[in-house]
Amino acid sequence: MGTEVFLSANPVEGLEQQLVFGIATGSIYASLALALVLIYRAMEAINFAQGEMATFSTFIAWTLMATFHMSFWIAFPLVVVLSFVGGVALERVVIRPVERAPILTTILVTLGLFSIFNGLSGLIWGYTIRTFPSPFPVTPISLGGVGIGFQDLGLIGVSLVLLFLIYLFFSRTKLGLMMRAASLYPQSSRLVGVRVGWMLALGWGLSAAVGAVSGMMVAPVLSLDPSLMQSVLLFAFTAAVLGGIENPLGAVIGGIVVGVLLALVGTYIPHAEDLRLVFGFIVIVLVLLFRPAGLIGRAHVTRV
Amino acid sequence: MRTTSLLKPGNALSLFLLLVAVMAPLYVLGRFPTLEWAYVWALLIGMIGVNILTGYCGQISLGNSAFMAIGGYTTAILTYTAGWNYLLTIPVAGVLASVGGVMVGIPALKLRGIYLATATFALAISAPSVIRHFDQLSGGSQGISIPPAEDPFGLVRSQSLTGEQWLYYMALVLAVVLFLFSRALLKSHVGRAFRSIRDSETAAVANGVNLTFYKTLAFAISAFYAGLAGSLYTINTAYISPDSFDVGFSLALVVGAVIGGLGTGIGPILGAVFTVWSPRYTQILFNAKPDIAFGVLLILVMYTMPSGIAGGVYSLWAWYQRQRAAGRPKSGDGTILVGKAASTR
Repeated sequence: MGTEVFLSANPVEGLEQQLVFGIATGSIYASLALALVLIYRAMEAINFAQGEMATFSTFIAWTLMATFHMSFWIAFPLVVVLSFVGGVALERVVIRPVERAPILTTILVTLGLFSIFNGLSGLIWGYTIRTFPSPFPVTPISLGGVGIGFQDLGLIGVSLVLLFLIYLFFSRTKLGLMMRAASLYPQSSRLVGVRVGWMLALGWGLSAAVGAVSGMMVAPVLSLDPSLMQSVLLFAFTAAVLGGIENPLGAVIGGIVVGVLLALVGTYIPHAEDLRLVFGFIVIVLVLLFRPAGLIGRAHVTRV
Repeated sequence: MRTTSLLKPGNALSLFLLLVAVMAPLYVLGRFPTLEWAYVWALLIGMIGVNILTGYCGQISLGNSAFMAIGGYTTAILTYTAGWNYLLTIPVAGVLASVGGVMVGIPALKLRGIYLATATFALAISAPSVIRHFDQLSGGSQGISIPPAEDPFGLVRSQSLTGEQWLYYMALVLAVVLFLFSRALLKSHVGRAFRSIRDSETAAVANGVNLTFYKTLAFAISAFYAGLAGSLYTINTAYISPDSFDVGFSLALVVGAVIGGLGTGIGPILGAVFTVWSPRYTQILFNAKPDIAFGVLLILVMYTMPSGIAGGVYSLWAWYQRQRAAGRPKSGDGTILVGKAASTR
């Protein structure tokens, strides 16, 4: 479990290039952070297995492409759907018994899932590092003198699309409204006929699907092995905390801020490659200390 | 509390088990199992640390492996680079780790529940890369090898004891001393303050418990234990690398403490035995990576006995007492017993 792989292949030098690179990698953190936010909104818990679940989904995509010779654009939606179903099933079977348990119990159950999915990925696919095909063409295009890869544009585009879809879902659909109601006022929601338990399962399903997208976007940049998402998960935590943990827009902005900051740290501080993870840790602690509701979140006041 | 009531008839049993632990490596255990049990005792110290912080003071820490790494590297660097006797490095390891504990504990004062878990998880994930970064001191990814530990009395040299037996007894003695110290500490007003913080911070403050002081103290003590455990671990393996105490190790530490039973005296012992020995059997049973069995077991324990094996046994015991009381009418007020059992958490 110990090896970290970094998004470190900075091929370019200029500040503009670094910014583009930072925004692109930040989009990856943003998409996994979105997955974390979805579960937090549903049950006020953090799914520590989010990254390992995403890795598992990504491996399934790899198998579909390598063994069954599917093209990326067929495997992609298939894996998203499979992950959604898997997420729902996981909630119904594994999480349901501890829905109302103390917070430590929920944390430990998701840590158990972390262990299981990490072990399963290793058991089924082994620990050799694999390449994962990129869905985007590799040739860069030039925009005002700054070379931007389709890869980067694709990553940014995908996370923006995800954010937009999540926004539409929660604000424009009845199901989204029901999910919001179920997490805010479970008792009242039940009275008006919302099936609160299933809303939670839906949250897990969506989150697993978003995580799968994130995994399939990262895998071409890093290479695929069972610890693919561990460093990404840390930066996704950072992004989610920065954006105020329950705010999808905040998560995306947080992810991009983290990505850009990391790119700048990589450019201007020599030999800082190893310190990227600590940087994530320090940002988490600082934000929680000074702005616990995140940069754009609202403070919660509870009556005791 | 329940621990003391069970310990009293169990005093003889504890002594007997201790005697078994002392004699076993001399008569029963081979060299390899002896070393494995030396790991159990080292890990026990680390788990007592987790138990104090999370089980008694209620502060969820997933990052104690980082404190173990501080302890382990203190020992490795002082013996390898500065040429210290490894025995002298053990207390230094504990002290430096507890300094680290205070440094994490102070910002942690403002974090609760899920946020503290997230921050300490991030600490555990990022610790190995910091170690790798300062490679001139830490030896980078290569790690540091230290000479195998010999006792100061020349028993190993004269072949009265094997090297493994010496490691075993050193770890056992430290573990027993630290276990007894933790019991005394938790029985004192410090332990009461910890438990009151765990049960309700608001109530604790209202009763005059200084949150800042006691939470920081809990972190310091927990990290002290972790540092000693890391030091012993490093002495046992005679090697340390950035991946020695990674996230996986941190999780194993918490998971073991939870499966054993947080907030109970014998929980860490059960947890340490479980953590060291279960991978051997799960590997045989499932022919799989121990991770999977570990995760499944963890989730099953959370369902069936969220207060761990020790908690489960205590609940059964309370249930048995209740049944007995119910069988004999007028033997006492049943509601008191129910209340007692309900407080098992």
